[in-house]
Amino acid sequence: MDYAYIGISFAKIAGLLPVVLGIMNYSVYAERRISAFIQDRPGPNRVGPFGLLQPIADAAKFLLKEDFTPAHVNKFYYWLAPCLAMIPAILTLAVVPFGSTLFGVPMVIADINVGVLFVFAIASLGVYGIVIAGWSSNSKYPFLGGIRSSSQMLSYELALGLAVIPVFLVVGKLRLTEIVRYQIEHGWMIAPFAGDWANVGKWLLALPMLISFVVFTIAIFAETNRLPFDLPEAETELVGGYHTEYGSMKFGLFFLGEYIAMITGSAIIVTLFLGGWHLPVPSWHGGFHWALIDGSRGVLAGLFNIFIFFAKIAVLLFFFMWVRWSLPRFRYDQLMRLGWIWIFEIALVNIFLTAVILAFVKL
Amino acid sequence: MAVVVARPNLRWYEKLYLPNIAAGLAITFRHFTKMIFGRTKVTMQYPEEKWDAHLPDYYRGTPALVRDVSGRIRCVACQLCEFICPPRAIKITPGELPDGDKFKKVEKYPNEFDIDMIRCIYCGMCEEVCPEQAIYLRKDYAVTGFTREDMVHHKEKLLEIGGVMHGVVLKWNERK
Amino acid sequence: MIPPFLFWTFALLLLVFGAAVVLNRNPIASALSLVISFIALSALFMSLDAFFIGIMQVLVYAGAVMVLFLFIIMLLDLRAEERRKINVVATTGGALVALAFFAQLYLVIGQLRIASQPFAPLPPKTDDVRNVGALLFSNFNLPFQIIGVLVLVATVGVIVLSKRELR
Repeated sequence: MDYAYIGISFAKIAGLLPVVLGIMNYSVYAERRISAFIQDRPGPNRVGPFGLLQPIADAAKFLLKEDFTPAHVNKFYYWLAPCLAMIPAILTLAVVPFGSTLFGVPMVIADINVGVLFVFAIASLGVYGIVIAGWSSNSKYPFLGGIRSSSQMLSYELALGLAVIPVFLVVGKLRLTEIVRYQIEHGWMIAPFAGDWANVGKWLLALPMLISFVVFTIAIFAETNRLPFDLPEAETELVGGYHTEYGSMKFGLFFLGEYIAMITGSAIIVTLFLGGWHLPVPSWHGGFHWALIDGSRGVLAGLFNIFIFFAKIAVLLFFFMWVRWSLPRFRYDQLMRLGWIWIFEIALVNIFLTAVILAFVKL
Repeated sequence: MAVVVARPNLRWYEKLYLPNIAAGLAITFRHFTKMIFGRTKVTMQYPEEKWDAHLPDYYRGTPALVRDVSGRIRCVACQLCEFICPPRAIKITPGELPDGDKFKKVEKYPNEFDIDMIRCIYCGMCEEVCPEQAIYLRKDYAVTGFTREDMVHHKEKLLEIGGVMHGVVLKWNERK
Repeated sequence: MIPPFLFWTFALLLLVFGAAVVLNRNPIASALSLVISFIALSALFMSLDAFFIGIMQVLVYAGAVMVLFLFIIMLLDLRAEERRKINVVATTGGALVALAFFAQLYLVIGQLRIASQPFAPLPPKTDDVRNVGALLFSNFNLPFQIIGVLVLVATVGVIVLSKRELR
């Protein structure tokens, strides 16, 4: 355990965290602007040019509001819950490779060999924040919200876990950097035929990968409590759901925790299916081919990879918001039906499909 | 009486819901791009854009007192507006004209004239009832204040808003 | 390997919150203490480079089993536990049994020859996920399949029972 390693890890954390928190703040702004545009409104455009300083104003508002604790709550758990909602979402980012290399240092904080399982383990802890918030508030709506949330997250975690198994079957590794490396060499997971167009087996493989991608994305929607699966905080029936009794920055932590969860969810989708930080660049240097730009080509290339990674996240975040402002909310029984009868079974069948293709088709 | 609504019999591709979800997403995306490229008409951005120039002649803004061409307050403190005012927003303290004024023996004069703009409903009854055409609804609409006292328009404020009215009805003057 | 102070930190966390599970009067607090001790345990596993077991500890126990526990505790709303008085005789008896058990464990493990020898170092690049998988599907394939069937039977049984209750 040398101190240089610890120092570099701290430097990576110190570099990544502000970027992620910045994206989180601006995703709130983006959510409001995009929802406004979809509904033919201008949205928040007062604070600063195009309202770009709105997140700062929001943060100031959250911090300056009275930090009110209702008398009937279970104080310790009431204060604990917002932290528990926020921390797991941030922790997940530790294993995601967010860039190739910078100054020869791989851009991933902890490159452990069970990367994806780590993600699921930490994500499964995220439900505690919501459950405890619902229980400690000692009131009906938050309690119902907490119960809905925990059963929803448990149901969709299964689909989430099963949906990535085809990816592991193909790659043969759980380490996220290995998965990205495989995608660089063999084409992204949603398009495994890229670069090897004549191979029929890879075209066949694209089908289970696509199913996996769709199922995984739907499950991420459910895990992050986003519409159309935002039953835990369904305003029309549960007032505010699990955070009904919360105000000021404690509510802010729940609110921002949802966005952090969205960012980490998108990061996982990007890493597993969309090639991570990889972007093939056309090159005519010595005949046409797709050039690989990574950290070995200098600092600028390394930064370019990091930018590509976050740009992909941004596209997915836009998709999240776009879906939110297009689709209505599911009814609770529909949600459970969809999760257990459709998504779960599709993911299960998909594993067999992938296994059969891998066993009988020469890739 | 309960009405039984028959459930629609959906085809298999309709039960998938995916085509319809895609269609819905397409609609919202169309709205989004239209807005991005500025092809959607949006609400007037109030403090920057104002509709002052397009206000119709009959617009009823804040009530105000007016002076006549010779600069005299037209109000004679008859208190008709105070009586007619539905929310009782107007309060007049009548008095006499100062000593030496040549109309002292024929006219009353409002010592104080307060309109509580929190109560005022901009109905225009005061304008309609005024026999001297002394009170008019002007086109100001942005009445603001931090306290209740701020929201009461006193005589000076009312005269300032009102300005000079070149009216047809002439008040008691030398020629009468 | 991790520095000793991290080992002691997590070991202490494990013991303190393990004790808190028993000592807390509030069932929710007990359950959450158990979660924390699970996480500390998984940290200890990871310090031995057993990432897979460590992660499984969090994923299965802290992430799934304890959530269900918490869920049921909340639904039942166990208030009686907080009001119950401590039975002095039973508590002392239980503590004595536990102490005797620990003493025995200590003596037995101290006499084992394995405990006094250092472990043979693992090969540096061990892929524990692959090893676990390979073992499960080669040497322990039959028990693994049987357990799978057993779990399936249990699942079907639960569904049948819950369906019958509804009617």
